[in-house]
Amino acid sequence: MTAQDATAAAQPEPIRLRGERRRWGEDVVKGILALCALVSVATTIGIIIALVEPSIEFFREVSIVDFFSGDRWAPLFTPASFGIQPLLVGTLVVTFWACVVCLPCGLGAAIYMSEYARPRVRNVLKPALETLAGIPTVVFGFFALTFFTPLLQDLGLGVNVFNVLAAGLVVGVMLIPVVASVSEDAMSAVPQELRDGAYALGSTRLQVSTRIVVPAAISGIIASYMLAISRAIGETMIVLIAAGGIAKITFDPREQSQTMTAFIGATGIGDIPTGSIEYKTIFAVGLTLFVITFAMNMLSIRLVRKFREIYE
Amino acid sequence: MSVTTESLGSRSHGDRVRGTAFYVLLLVSVTIGFLLLGVLLVDVIRKGIGYVDPTLLNEPNSSDPNKAGAGPAIRGTIYMMILLLVMVVPIGVGTALYLEEYANRERWYNRLLEINIQNLAAVPSIVYGILGLAFLVRGIGLGRVLLAGALILTLLVLPTVIVASREAIRAVPDSIRQGAYALGATQWQVVWRQVLPASIPGIATGSILALARAIGETAPLLLVGALTYVAVNPTLLGSYTALPVQIYQWIARPQEEFRVLAAAGIIVLLVILLTMNAFAIWLRNRYQRRW
Repeated sequence: MTAQDATAAAQPEPIRLRGERRRWGEDVVKGILALCALVSVATTIGIIIALVEPSIEFFREVSIVDFFSGDRWAPLFTPASFGIQPLLVGTLVVTFWACVVCLPCGLGAAIYMSEYARPRVRNVLKPALETLAGIPTVVFGFFALTFFTPLLQDLGLGVNVFNVLAAGLVVGVMLIPVVASVSEDAMSAVPQELRDGAYALGSTRLQVSTRIVVPAAISGIIASYMLAISRAIGETMIVLIAAGGIAKITFDPREQSQTMTAFIGATGIGDIPTGSIEYKTIFAVGLTLFVITFAMNMLSIRLVRKFREIYE
Repeated sequence: MSVTTESLGSRSHGDRVRGTAFYVLLLVSVTIGFLLLGVLLVDVIRKGIGYVDPTLLNEPNSSDPNKAGAGPAIRGTIYMMILLLVMVVPIGVGTALYLEEYANRERWYNRLLEINIQNLAAVPSIVYGILGLAFLVRGIGLGRVLLAGALILTLLVLPTVIVASREAIRAVPDSIRQGAYALGATQWQVVWRQVLPASIPGIATGSILALARAIGETAPLLLVGALTYVAVNPTLLGSYTALPVQIYQWIARPQEEFRVLAAAGIIVLLVILLTMNAFAIWLRNRYQRRW
């Protein structure tokens, strides 16, 4: 009747913003990308199956109580003995000496980069630390065996040709960049206002660093520590090369000792027959290693999320 | 009552001493790593430079240290690098695109996926070796071949590539995406023609760094059988060895001559790795865009 009705009749439908048809190509692409993402899920599942299945077979032959309570590790001897404690102690001692180096130095480096260094210095330091982190572990192992151990001998420490001390300290140096970069991330997430407030109250730079920034970033720092400890526990080549190959319970770092990883490496090199008990020990020790590092990683990931939630 | 300017401007003697001592401690923490790196480089070069010659680069290993070389090992490493590049970059970038552009963060499975990747990044490398031993070498009967080594290294550095690619993709500002959508682009068109080209420098840098890390890995390769005597050029499904493994083999020998040879091998390995690192850093500085 009116002009308005006429236009309504001429435009029977509103303009459709959605596409006319479903774009299958888009779904295919999304599916392919999701498949890529599934590769990493499959990796985790694969690792768990690869470790658990032979380990179950292993524990059918060796009692789990003997495995954890035994203090003699001699799987290749007759009579064989499967007490994992010597390997755990070896790992513990190496990790301890690594921590002696990497925990304080990593934190110090992080404080320096976050609170003291000028931007230009930081821009040089960060890639330099990345490079240090990129040196292959076999190179560090060579260094520990052929330079560091002789150095310790010259210092009159009475160390063995293969010793835990040199291996542990070099592992520690290797992990400085790990601690430094994660801790520095946490420190730079601390709001500038907190620092300004402390300076306004007359604090020195030392006080701001140790009483404001470090406590505020503590969850990130602990996360970096957990990550470094987990990496020290899982480090293979340095200990395989420099710490020796005899599994025994000793807390004396000047002697040689074997870690879990070094055992796996040393045993895996040979072409041992599938299904033999020696073959299965690799997996039982590997499972123990994986469970320990997995627990530490999850804790570390949780702590990182915590500091992200607080300040970002 | 009165706060004088002196009391504001000056610090007590104790504060200054403590401050300086702390600063020195920090400097020591930062430099100790580099100091050691410097000593390491000088030591390795001093020991091994005399052995870096055509024999080392071309000849196969030998029980006579004067004839022994790392030719097959170097070629094995290069082949593995190419295989890795072909496998890890598409999967890694694909995963990163899925997580950044497609995945809904609220869904539990996507959060689980993220935690899973973070965790995989920290799994000890030797555990990947065990995975390879169980599934590739023994499980599907691939044997101790080059492909098995390359596959394991792919899985090992996949998390690193994913994390680096995600950062690069996240750095592309949303306004670019909004603009493309406003012009009627579909999601894939936005990703393929806008987001991906803009994030290529970051992805390339991260991938090269990850590749450099993979090339230096030794432990997992010990378990997937790179520790064999190989006189011929490696093939995809043939036995192989890699440079770091060859170096380890030499270190493990008791004779001093092989230690020297190991130092020479390390020089070659470090030259390859530092070149890759430098290229990655150059790429980042040259092409990184600030939005």
